[in-house]
Amino acid sequence: MHHTTRRLLLTGTGALALALAVSPVCAQKKYDEGATDTEIKIGHTNPYSGNASAYGTIGKVIDAYFKMVNEQGGINGRKITFISYDDGYSPPKTVEMVRKLVEEDRVLFVFQTLGTPPNTAIQKYLNGKKVPQLFVATGASKWGHYKENPWTMGYQPDYVTEAIIYAKHILANVKDPKIGVLMQNDDYGKDYFNGFKQGLGKDADKLIVSHVTYEVTDPTVDSQMIQLKNSGANVFFNITTPKFAAQAIKKAAEIGWKPAQYLNNVSASVGTVIKPAGFENSQGIITAAYLKDPTDPQWANAKDFLEWKAFMQKYYPTGNLADGNNVFGYSVATLMSIVLKQCGDDLTRANVMKQAANLKNVDLPLLLPGIKVNTSPTDFYPLQSVQLQKFEGETWKLFGDVLSNEAASN
Amino acid sequence: MATTTANGIAAGERSASLGRGYWLTGIVIVLALLPLIGGKTGLISNYGFLQLSLMIVYAIAVLGLILLTGFNGQISLGHGAFFAVGAYVAAVLIDQANWPYWATLPVAAIMCFLVGYLFGLPALRLEGHYLALATFALAVAVPQILKYRHFEWFTNGVQGINIFKPDPPFGLPLSADQWMYLVVLAVAVLMFWIARNLLDSRTGRALRAIRDHTMAASTMGINVAHYKTVVFGVSALYTGVAGALHAIIFEFVAPDSFRFELSIAILVGAVVGGIASLPGAVIGGVFVQVIEKYADALTKKLTAAVNLPLDLEPWTIYGIALIVLMYTMPMGIAGGLALLWRRLRGS
Amino acid sequence: MEQLIQQVASGLANGAIYACLALALVMIFVSTDHINFAQGELAMFSAYLVWQALEWGMSFWLALPVVALFSFLIGVGIERVILRPLHHAPVLSVVVVFIGLLAIFHSLAGAIWGHTIKAIPSPFPHFTFVGSGYIGPHQIGMIVVTVMLLVALFAFFRFTPLGLAMRAAAQNPASARLAGIRVDWMLALGWGLAAAIGAVAGSLVAPAVYLEPNMMASILLYGFAGALVGGISSPGGAVAGGFIVGVLENLIAYLGNLLEKTTGVYVIGNGEKLTVALIIVITVLTLKPSGLFGQVSVKRV
Repeated sequence: MHHTTRRLLLTGTGALALALAVSPVCAQKKYDEGATDTEIKIGHTNPYSGNASAYGTIGKVIDAYFKMVNEQGGINGRKITFISYDDGYSPPKTVEMVRKLVEEDRVLFVFQTLGTPPNTAIQKYLNGKKVPQLFVATGASKWGHYKENPWTMGYQPDYVTEAIIYAKHILANVKDPKIGVLMQNDDYGKDYFNGFKQGLGKDADKLIVSHVTYEVTDPTVDSQMIQLKNSGANVFFNITTPKFAAQAIKKAAEIGWKPAQYLNNVSASVGTVIKPAGFENSQGIITAAYLKDPTDPQWANAKDFLEWKAFMQKYYPTGNLADGNNVFGYSVATLMSIVLKQCGDDLTRANVMKQAANLKNVDLPLLLPGIKVNTSPTDFYPLQSVQLQKFEGETWKLFGDVLSNEAASN
Repeated sequence: MATTTANGIAAGERSASLGRGYWLTGIVIVLALLPLIGGKTGLISNYGFLQLSLMIVYAIAVLGLILLTGFNGQISLGHGAFFAVGAYVAAVLIDQANWPYWATLPVAAIMCFLVGYLFGLPALRLEGHYLALATFALAVAVPQILKYRHFEWFTNGVQGINIFKPDPPFGLPLSADQWMYLVVLAVAVLMFWIARNLLDSRTGRALRAIRDHTMAASTMGINVAHYKTVVFGVSALYTGVAGALHAIIFEFVAPDSFRFELSIAILVGAVVGGIASLPGAVIGGVFVQVIEKYADALTKKLTAAVNLPLDLEPWTIYGIALIVLMYTMPMGIAGGLALLWRRLRGS
Repeated sequence: MEQLIQQVASGLANGAIYACLALALVMIFVSTDHINFAQGELAMFSAYLVWQALEWGMSFWLALPVVALFSFLIGVGIERVILRPLHHAPVLSVVVVFIGLLAIFHSLAGAIWGHTIKAIPSPFPHFTFVGSGYIGPHQIGMIVVTVMLLVALFAFFRFTPLGLAMRAAAQNPASARLAGIRVDWMLALGWGLAAAIGAVAGSLVAPAVYLEPNMMASILLYGFAGALVGGISSPGGAVAGGFIVGVLENLIAYLGNLLEKTTGVYVIGNGEKLTVALIIVITVLTLKPSGLFGQVSVKRV
């Protein structure tokens, strides 16, 4: 009997010692809903149908990216379950789908939801529920207001920053500028326009001789372009989405209007805008970029481009290799993976936000050289640098330095 | 042997409608108790109550259209406009004038009635297809009208208006979603009851007479113009109240929320449900809320099961579903069910 | 003054697009008494077929008739297979079927070819001429083709026995049957013709506005407006209506701009084009319920 007691004592002590040795690791694993030892659930909405359906490819490329990540073993041993719903760019639909993601599908966080009105509609709900609304797919300047909405973070360089850079460039480079603006009549257009006026300073109203708008439901912008030409403007700030950007550039050439053209980054893709508009019509257009254009021959042999191309061919073969949106989605999905990796085993929502706000000089594939991702607890704008580029021949030619802007006012 | 009462309704019919009345009251009571039964036991989540609320809201919207199109024969493809008006009235009053949410409903009702009535006036001159297309043009123009510069001081333009969902009053142990569900249910019961009485009255008979044979109706002394414009107003009122409730549920309105797809959805719901029946409105409301999700889920299943050469989209399934439904039940699901019921009863 | 001419010219060019679509709408309305809401999506789908043909190496002027013929067959097929059982169904049920067709064609185009815009080069030769500053060769081409289509249709209906048979079938199906006309096939023919016209419209529009699934959605509305304003029972009226709507929408934006520039007051501008189209339609219809050139139908009691 003594033997059994001693054996019991020994095994007991041994077990205790083992437990003590193992427990620090166990104690570090923290999960909120949506994360387990084997899975991380990410929620997403995108306009796969409706007016903005051209952006639906972003959701598809992100889905393909996470498939690749899973095939390569996942992140910290966990597979990513990427759940994406169609919201048709309709805010009530977005609210419904996001509520489904949070309350039914129980995702850990929501990522890259697209569009300013949809994101405005869900912002209060997500912040109220303390669910991260990460790397939203819109450049509206309000997504970095971490004090009011600590659970919301943007991703791309915001529209105001970009427009200010154009304004400053115009003031420095165009003699006696008379500016004509074509603006999509919605949130995104207004954001750009307000930033532009801010950048022009107190003479903004005098310098802008013509400001015309169009609706997404307009078939063409021909009549607006005629109005702009007849205003005598010698500078053209083109705040349009891809289809209308191509139409505007083509029409300008057709009616013989040759102003200095500034094009918003949203429509800077060569494959989906410049080529349809016509290379010969697009010479000299200036835009601000932060991503490499997939049709640019200067990157054709770059390591990150070749990796992206291989990825597209294997995981998203129906995706358009000339579409800048597919580069965009790939880069932001990479960023998401980096953040999740940084979380380690602490997969609480608070920690996801914390790691997202803790990015120092992170390099992403297909970012232009010199542009890095930086966030901090007081800086919720991951990308704030752009470089200007001018269209020459058949590609964009970068010029000048990488420009940064301090975070737009909170 | 049917004896008639003073109302001219056969006694047999009367007892049948009484029986139906008991059924309906029973169903309503069960529905009202759902937050207790479902909520407390966790059977129905908050998201579930959101879904139920939306089904009821769309049922009210579809009912508005049915009153106009099914019972009066005026085709409208633009009811999304009235939905938007109701939604914005509620949002503006709550946001800018700090009104309590329940007080905005009567105001939304009155405003929409006026708008509907005003639209009904030129509509008098338009026949069938012309009216359909004119109302369709209205539906498409709604986001633009909402963004109009001179309205921006109260519509807030493209930014939209953010409001807050009400908390349950008197500290009731309900979630906000459950409370809104009860509110929506109460409003729906009231409005359906009013519609039922309206349709069973002289007004209802006049409306149906105008639908079936306008010329004969006017020779019988019915003031066709008066009835047609008033029912336009009433129809707009119903859909407008639905819009107001919708705005309160989602706590946000923006021009992008009211594109012409909404008008088409309400029409499809009305036709699929049953264009001239009140139960059809309920079925239509459920259909509007539920069909896209089913189409989406079905598409995902199909894509996973069969390797198609193309990226199948949910709207294809939706379109096929519509065509199949119209084939099998051209009178709507309510009509189809009624037919089935009659066949089963052997009459 | 110069801008006025430019806006009118551009309005005529846009108007040609609306007129072409309005023509297709009228075709179906006149032969089947239904408004085909799926017309725009059918036209868009045909434009994608042309694009695909161009990708496979065909030239535009070969691809267009081939696709037009193919679309004709699709139109006939839709009428015979999908709409025939619904001949006696209520109007609204047929409308819902059209909406179903709309959804199917729209999403199929997106599924097969993707949602990013595609360019179709203009088939009209690039040359400069006197009015170059005002209107481009493609726009002139569109207007010319639209008018030619109208003339061809007019000749077809007026001078050919088949056209006469179609008109008879539409106006009085019972008597037409007694006269030996296969009324059902006349309906199918109407649909086929409309689909073919739509194919031409879509293929000509695409070089100007770029090809994508949403291409025809807004144009359809203006096509409706044109058909309503001109009279939905009259092909010539519909075409005229299309041109009127195109010119008016540009003019009103232009005048609104002028007003804003001179008086500083913004009343109306580019943001209100659809609203203006709506108001035009309602005003015209209130004053002339059958449209400007439509036939007033007199009912016998």
